Amino acid sequence: MAQMNMIQALNSAMDAMLQADPSVILMGEDIGYFGGVFRATEGLQRKHGEHRVIDTPIAEGAIIGAAIGMAVGGLRPVAEIQFADYIYPGFDQIVSELARLRYRSAGDFFAPVTIRTPCGGGIRGGQTHSQSPEGIFTHVSGIKVIMPSNPFDAKGLLITAIEDDDPVVFFEPKRLYNGPFDGDPNKAAIPWSTHPKGEVPEGIYRVPFGKADIVRSGSQVTIITYGTMVFVATLAAASLGVDAEIIDLRSLVPLDVDTICSSVKKTGRCVVAHEATRFSGFGAEILAIVQEECFWDLEAPIQRVAGWDTPYPHAFEWEYFPGPARVGAAIKAAMDPA
Amino acid sequence: MVSPSRLHLPRAPARPGEAPDFSYLELSPAGAVGRPEVTAKARDIAPLALELVRVLDDRHDAVGPWHPHLDPGELQIGLRHMLLTRLYDERMQRTQRAGKISFYIRSLGEEAVSVAQCMALRPGDMLFPGYRNQGLHIARGLSLVDLMCQLLSNTRDMCKGRQLPVMYHSAAGRLFTISGNLATQFPQAVGWAMAAAIKGEDHIAATWIGEGSSAEADFHHALLFASVYQAPVLLNVVNNQWAISTFQANAGGEQRSFAARGPGYGIAGIRVDGNDFLAVHAVTQWAAERARTGSGPTLIELVTYRAAAHSTSDDPTRYRAKDDYLHWPLGDPIERLKQHLIKLGEWSEERHVAMTAELDAMIAASWKEAVTYGTLSDGPRLNPDLMFEDVFKEMPQHLQRQRALMRAEKG
Repeated sequence: MAQMNMIQALNSAMDAMLQADPSVILMGEDIGYFGGVFRATEGLQRKHGEHRVIDTPIAEGAIIGAAIGMAVGGLRPVAEIQFADYIYPGFDQIVSELARLRYRSAGDFFAPVTIRTPCGGGIRGGQTHSQSPEGIFTHVSGIKVIMPSNPFDAKGLLITAIEDDDPVVFFEPKRLYNGPFDGDPNKAAIPWSTHPKGEVPEGIYRVPFGKADIVRSGSQVTIITYGTMVFVATLAAASLGVDAEIIDLRSLVPLDVDTICSSVKKTGRCVVAHEATRFSGFGAEILAIVQEECFWDLEAPIQRVAGWDTPYPHAFEWEYFPGPARVGAAIKAAMDPA
Repeated sequence: MVSPSRLHLPRAPARPGEAPDFSYLELSPAGAVGRPEVTAKARDIAPLALELVRVLDDRHDAVGPWHPHLDPGELQIGLRHMLLTRLYDERMQRTQRAGKISFYIRSLGEEAVSVAQCMALRPGDMLFPGYRNQGLHIARGLSLVDLMCQLLSNTRDMCKGRQLPVMYHSAAGRLFTISGNLATQFPQAVGWAMAAAIKGEDHIAATWIGEGSSAEADFHHALLFASVYQAPVLLNVVNNQWAISTFQANAGGEQRSFAARGPGYGIAGIRVDGNDFLAVHAVTQWAAERARTGSGPTLIELVTYRAAAHSTSDDPTRYRAKDDYLHWPLGDPIERLKQHLIKLGEWSEERHVAMTAELDAMIAASWKEAVTYGTLSDGPRLNPDLMFEDVFKEMPQHLQRQRALMRAEKG
């Protein structure tokens, strides 16, 4: 075991996979010589060679299109899109091609591509460096969508992603790269070294897809969340003194419906929280499932917490971010429906 | 399975610890490149895309057919705009380091691109800038206070707090809103130019992109539409050699110049010394006249050097040779124009020092005023209600509801 922050854990996952599987290659903007703008690939080109850790032109459509071709040609590419906000030039290649290759060729072709991309706000990134577009991708049939909330999961899930024969879009909440963040920007930053999930094994291990993590067991309300909001929800529940069961989904597609439903059936109350915008967001899917599966066990309407339905503004970062106050209000509404 | 194969991987000429090396750069002597008529067909002037138009020679004289014969007063204005851009950048970089603004991007070494090009265009022409074109805003006469208020996201911010610093705009100044996403402005500028042509106007559009961003599909779409519709547009590739850590070879500059993308699409392509104010002005004026008189679009590659970091979030000592800019063969744009003016007897070191002091004082006074409208941490703040405005022209019900919730959250 070693102490790692999320960047180091991701780096370690890619390092281990480059070592173990000669078909694994990395590609992306600034990822090679420089080691990536967030340093996730630092040292990997030096160690594994320029043919395996490739600096690309600034062309996300070409990165993803070429990754598909490489994957069809027998490689296992891990493509970095520098910010999730920059993924859209590659959107057609993801939606129309990557997601459907297996389907349209009746399984004769497939592309084991992993697309890593930092998402989320809280770093004063303004509207083009703060987005959480996971819901746009969960809506597309044929791609798996993952978002870890800590170093241990990040490494184990990324290894699973790289080994998976289906395409994976792997979102990394960038505000969690250096430490757990509970939504209060005025508190001193906490490093991962103080958190049990900052303990990360050196070699290869896997965290399975489709298996949520019960971060905290509780009896009064189920909070279903992922990414940065795991820590925000934990703080919100603790400050209200509510015995909440907090579920970190980790894997949005495939989704662990069993863990969600058995928890809601137990507590009878449910709050869904994500940082992404609310309207047609992934939370709506969770609400629909809980309503379908747990209706007779519910004691209150399901509550939903999200970013506002506006672009992410530079000046109002903390008014926009669904912090502990917004989650707290939703927990209260679930506990005591008017 | 993966062998050290025949795959070609472009390399930067010099990395940290190595001596700067600019031997890859293809230069033409000052005055050596011919100046075709503005009515010349793109197919007949393809070699322009491979040469390098230069006017100022090593002795600071203006030579050759591209000499624009500008009035010395015009050159002094150009010098002033470039110097102001540089001093503004220096000061704003320091305010970022002091924590007063969240982010900044300098244009150090590239000032002639924006300033000379803007001065060669008309006020009615529409500009679609990238994020390193602050010289356009300065040469178009925007007030420093307005620019600073944008950086501060304060109560006078033209973007109402919604954009990262440097993403300025000015509808009155005909400066389109800057996007943090790369290359998107290129096809938009073509569309604007098509509209001008449809409406029968004389205005043209101009847009800027880095050589790195020219890898995006939007760049190629823009060239295609500009060619098909012969849109009156100037498509400028600012080849400053670096896209954060990746060298221009990585964007496709190793096998062929970026200007040469033009002839491939049937567009005039021309390569110019981007640090030579006179050459940039002359080439821009030539291309603008072509666009205005129905000879179609021009792709201009401005060969320059990104002397500073990509942004305040970047550290170039990790990926390129130290002090490389001091060895850049095309020199410094401000110094070159200054020396030319001195040689003409129209400028002096004393006047330069005095102008520097005057501009510094103006910047300081502007900053002093700008912060009275608030900073990210102190003073008056924009009303967070503004976050919900302008998502749509009229605020839909769900946003009105969310605004009420946000107010309640704030207590």
